[in-house]
Amino acid sequence: MKMNKVAVIGVGLTKFGELWDQSFSDLFVEAGANAIVDAGIDGKDIDAIYLGNMSGGRFIEQEHMASLISDQAGLNPAPATRIEAACASGGLAVRQGVIAVASGMHDVVVVGGVEKMTDITSERVTQTLITAADQEWEAFLGMTFPGVYALIARRHMHEFGTTREQLAAVSVKNHANAKDNPHAQFRFDVTVEQVLGSTMVADPLTLLDCSPITDGAACIVLASPEKAKEFTDSPVYITGAGQATSTIALHDRERITVSDATINAAKAAYKMAGKGPEDIDVAEVHDCFTIAELLAIEGLGFCEIGEGGPFTEEGSTARGGKISVNTSGGLKAKGHPVGATGVAQVVEVVLQLRGEAGKRQVDADVGLTHNVGGSGGTAAVHILEK
Amino acid sequence: MTMGAPRFWRKTQSRYNLYGVKCKSCNATYFPPRKICPSCRRASKLEDVKLTPKGEVLTYTVIRSAPEGFERQTPYIMAIVKLDEGPMVTTQIVDCEPDEVEIGMAVEGVFRKIRESGKDGPIYYGFKFRPARADKDLAV
Repeated sequence: MKMNKVAVIGVGLTKFGELWDQSFSDLFVEAGANAIVDAGIDGKDIDAIYLGNMSGGRFIEQEHMASLISDQAGLNPAPATRIEAACASGGLAVRQGVIAVASGMHDVVVVGGVEKMTDITSERVTQTLITAADQEWEAFLGMTFPGVYALIARRHMHEFGTTREQLAAVSVKNHANAKDNPHAQFRFDVTVEQVLGSTMVADPLTLLDCSPITDGAACIVLASPEKAKEFTDSPVYITGAGQATSTIALHDRERITVSDATINAAKAAYKMAGKGPEDIDVAEVHDCFTIAELLAIEGLGFCEIGEGGPFTEEGSTARGGKISVNTSGGLKAKGHPVGATGVAQVVEVVLQLRGEAGKRQVDADVGLTHNVGGSGGTAAVHILEK
Repeated sequence: MTMGAPRFWRKTQSRYNLYGVKCKSCNATYFPPRKICPSCRRASKLEDVKLTPKGEVLTYTVIRSAPEGFERQTPYIMAIVKLDEGPMVTTQIVDCEPDEVEIGMAVEGVFRKIRESGKDGPIYYGFKFRPARADKDLAV
């Protein structure tokens, strides 16, 4: 499947963290305004809005948020649509925006992702996040989201000899990257010893294997290549888009240590872009837990299946390594406002390709984003080029 | 999560007695039951089947930070058990300590209380698994 390429002409973020003084719509308006200013467009140029959001209904008891954010951003009457696929909501919103522009339906669209997670207790956040799993046959029986990934981690260690230290190396690397990202929630280093010694959440995963609870928003402006020329001389193009689905319950997967949705989404995106894993210089991947980054880099083909642990430990995914993975700090250290994450990943790769990533800048011509819903029931991959 | 009585009641045969379905077209067995065989689709021929509650631990974890309703059970073992008849289930492992469970361990199903739903809500029962005991009758 060949696609008309789509330009990213503007990007914007809020700070990620516990943002008590900002509401859900405040966050969207701030990220949106940043993206619109960056793109050099005016509100009246916007043909449509796509919003990634996992669970406004549970986090702030607000549904119908497409209307809310369009209203608050002063973008009415442009059509606004909310997209939900748990933690992959943002990635799927990007995809819907890409499809809308590539099809010729719209010339300029805004894709936003927002999550406001800290207005409720962490217990209720945990309850909400597990709704991404099978409620009746996983959650109801006492399963938690860290628990689901712990099951994968234990089996990965068993099948491939992955070590606890190798898992910790993901957290250490991503914290080191976040230190150089002004938008990140955790701008400090952690050591392997600290990761191993932090509170056990679900064996073998500790607190420092887990991404945090985060408020935040991200926004991008997409345009057709012709339209993009009116606003910028140096757009970044989305040249590949893949999405795939797998079972919602981990126990229904043929192999729980392999993300088949990631593999299938990557295959589609690589084919569309005419690229392969060897062409990717910088990647933002879904590291909601340290084990998830190993599944991601294996499924995306950056290393062989089962080799993610040693590949990470030897520094191949560090900045300036074979492939720079999660230069932003990833979900682990930049923070994980679930519905915003997939959009924020595109923001980071665009900054890297434009050479605007500051202290964490790497040498990159081709980038990739990878966003996962639940334990791997949904995956979205995008490929971006200068 | 909590579950209203109708939602729980709809699947009591599976929750109490481990009923799944078997596809007569391709011989695949599914648990929990499905309405369509994902391999055969419109050629699906699904029949109810009571599964033998025996299997082995594929992977496990120990939950230390529990969801609502399970706070008093921590630390508790959650596992994916591969049943001898094929399907895999997410389940608690009971009657053993966290450091006694291991991958490949033979387990068998038992009928246990799963949780309560507040002070006045229903009490939910269903299957859990424990280390296999060759000398005892199966409880599910």
